[in-house]
Amino acid sequence: MALLRRSETVIAGILLLAMVLIGTINPAFWQLDNLFSLMRSNVIIGIMAMGVLLVLISGGIDVSFPAFAVAAMYLTIKGMLALGYNGVALPLLAATLMGLAFGAVNGFFVYKFRMIPLIVTLGTSAMVRGFLLGVVGTSMININKMPTALIDFARTDVVSVTKADGTTYGLTAMVLIYLGLALAMHLMLRYTMIGRSAYALGGDPEAARRAGFDLRKTIFFIYCVAGALAGFAGLLHSGMIWLANPRDFVGLELDVIAAVVLGGASIFGGRGSVLGTMLGVFMLVMVKNSLIIMHVDTTWQLVVVGLIVIAATALSAWRDRRRAA
Amino acid sequence: MSDGFIELRNIRKVFAGVVALDAMSLVIKPGEIHCLAGENGSGKSTVIKIMSGVYQPDGGEILIDGRTMPGMSPIEAIAHGVQVIYQDFSLFGNLTVAENLAMNVHLGEKRRLMNWRRTRAIAREAVDRLGVELDLDAEVASLPTAGKQLVAIARALMSDARLIIMDEPTTALTRKEVETLFHIVRDIQARGIAILFVSHKMREMLEISERITVIRNGRKVAEGPTGDFDEALITRHMTGSDILNEPYVWTPPPGPPLVPRLEIRGLTVPGKCEDLTLAIRPGEIVGLSGLLGSGRTDLALALFGMVPGYKGEILIDGAPVRLRTTQEAIAAGIAYVPEDRLTEGLFLPQSIKRNMLATSYERLAPKLVIDRSQAEEMTQGMVRAMQIATPTAEKPVMQLSGGNQQRVVLARWLLTDARVLILNGPTVGVDVGSKAEIHAKIRELAQHHGLAVLMISDDVLELVQNCNRIVLMHRGRFIEDLPAAAVTEETVSDRLKTFT
Repeated sequence: MALLRRSETVIAGILLLAMVLIGTINPAFWQLDNLFSLMRSNVIIGIMAMGVLLVLISGGIDVSFPAFAVAAMYLTIKGMLALGYNGVALPLLAATLMGLAFGAVNGFFVYKFRMIPLIVTLGTSAMVRGFLLGVVGTSMININKMPTALIDFARTDVVSVTKADGTTYGLTAMVLIYLGLALAMHLMLRYTMIGRSAYALGGDPEAARRAGFDLRKTIFFIYCVAGALAGFAGLLHSGMIWLANPRDFVGLELDVIAAVVLGGASIFGGRGSVLGTMLGVFMLVMVKNSLIIMHVDTTWQLVVVGLIVIAATALSAWRDRRRAA
Repeated sequence: MSDGFIELRNIRKVFAGVVALDAMSLVIKPGEIHCLAGENGSGKSTVIKIMSGVYQPDGGEILIDGRTMPGMSPIEAIAHGVQVIYQDFSLFGNLTVAENLAMNVHLGEKRRLMNWRRTRAIAREAVDRLGVELDLDAEVASLPTAGKQLVAIARALMSDARLIIMDEPTTALTRKEVETLFHIVRDIQARGIAILFVSHKMREMLEISERITVIRNGRKVAEGPTGDFDEALITRHMTGSDILNEPYVWTPPPGPPLVPRLEIRGLTVPGKCEDLTLAIRPGEIVGLSGLLGSGRTDLALALFGMVPGYKGEILIDGAPVRLRTTQEAIAAGIAYVPEDRLTEGLFLPQSIKRNMLATSYERLAPKLVIDRSQAEEMTQGMVRAMQIATPTAEKPVMQLSGGNQQRVVLARWLLTDARVLILNGPTVGVDVGSKAEIHAKIRELAQHHGLAVLMISDDVLELVQNCNRIVLMHRGRFIEDLPAAAVTEETVSDRLKTFT
């Protein structure tokens, strides 16, 4: 009974239904290579979604993470090329720290000036993108110049299968990184006081202040983590697509926020879970992927994503109203 | 020396040049139930915040156990056992009962990790200590107000409280829930914990407290055992004046019988009210009471054009009207002030003028452009007629006192040339002083302006004091039309009790 009422169960049910539906229309959906490729598409959006989830739970919103991701990615790769450095761990750490620093700027304005997170992150997003293109450069870094270590790392597979026609396909090991980060986020949200303070802040900021939560710490933590995850995901993304494009990720904020809201997080704060978010990400990626397979124009994909945001938000608003009644 | 647990001595507090508290003294003895009575804006919340260390006084001293507490912080106040239950309870609606209860313990111990098993154990103990049933895994948002209050009380009890301050704890409770709350309060008292009840509801104060301190304009004006007080005395202390309690008398003028201002014949709203017939003559104030769901509000809504599908006849000054929209109702001369509207129907940051004219713009601007000089004239006239204490009609309404705000709302409806005034719960949530002002104004409107007033209220005393006739409604029908002679608080209450 309690299990049935959980929003994760509902989302999983809808997801299963959608999978059966899509599989009926297009039986190729259930083929292993399609499923592997689906999971691969989950990785970047999923990691970013973890950050957005945290921000939404705290009652905020973040639209700056795609800008932070692209800036951290492009700056790191530029730096690697300039220094002639070819590695994995250090660049990933650098990109993460860059994202964290950007996130701290968001946190500063949200906490210090009590500004609306949407406005703050719109502003930092525009500034970071403008700075990147105006000062750092506008040229794409293609496969021939990309650091090889990064590409090799991102090519690692967990399992790989050889088809009858000799081609091979596999499940990228990046999925493990995503799962690891999701698990860490889950544990943080559920079993640490800083995680609970995010829920408290999203539930009632005034009560959180009276209860004695250190809101400065909480807000900085939230936006720094969101930024750090974005920076990390940005660099990982370039390794996976063998390309560093300073104009990448435009419009991604809508996809990720849609996925998180679809996963049951409340746009008004206070509610949301990692499992739900992962299901939401999977659902969104799957729907977009199916639209591509069905040769639906990208403009119409936008319409679908927009519809998902509105439908999911309406649903969660309706649910919250019923709960309050 | 004092025998108090906590004592305020000559406390003074000034906000931006405005004196909120002056020479305020208050002694709370260990384990007593004390009431702090005062009207809205009298300084009650400032007293709470001084006692809980949220504000620092600008003068005077706070003593706990006879020792002065200079510069007391909220943490020190809590450490000495002072707990406040705010009106909004300060709970996290999105979290479970258990987590809400254990949160302060975790925070107090400066924990980094969340131990769910311990959280449940802490919560279980807190709930057991209060001796109530609460589902620890329920989300707080899903609880009724009374349930949320229990969580807040349980949480306050956990921290070895010696004084629990409750700010207007009965505001959102039903009568039955209030009784449960009082039971719990006495139970808490039995453990030697003092309770400070902050309220403006006199009957409840007299029922629960042992001692009463009355505050007016930031000063203590009376203090003593509850036995020394009665409602009239508390009211006098709270408002600083006697409040008239003369019943409203209306006698038909000599000559031919008056044409009723408002007459309804066989009014029926399917499923809500059945075959209602009533006539209100100019100058009459007719009370309407009945249980919730008796159809009284549906009647009001039908009269205000919000139930287009009603059956039956409505006549204004003898002329039949058909009310399908609120615009038609306003045009017919009907004004409806819904529950709480006297305070909530105002645009607080806007000027008196704009508020007054809010329903008159259509008449002022037949050709899109507002006739400014006429608007000015209308507002000035109303400010004078309603005796609103303000130098200018441009003043924002929020800077007015409660009573003056109510007059602005009434003025708005008078400007629409209302001939019938329907008031639904005209003084719900209004303090004693403003209540009397509103009543006086309503009487004046009926008596001197010939309005017909229909006053819907749960407050039997309010009806008895202000209406020349009271109609009782039950299950969509008028059950009784009590003339002035039969109208006493007892008869009306007794009749209402038979309606269950």
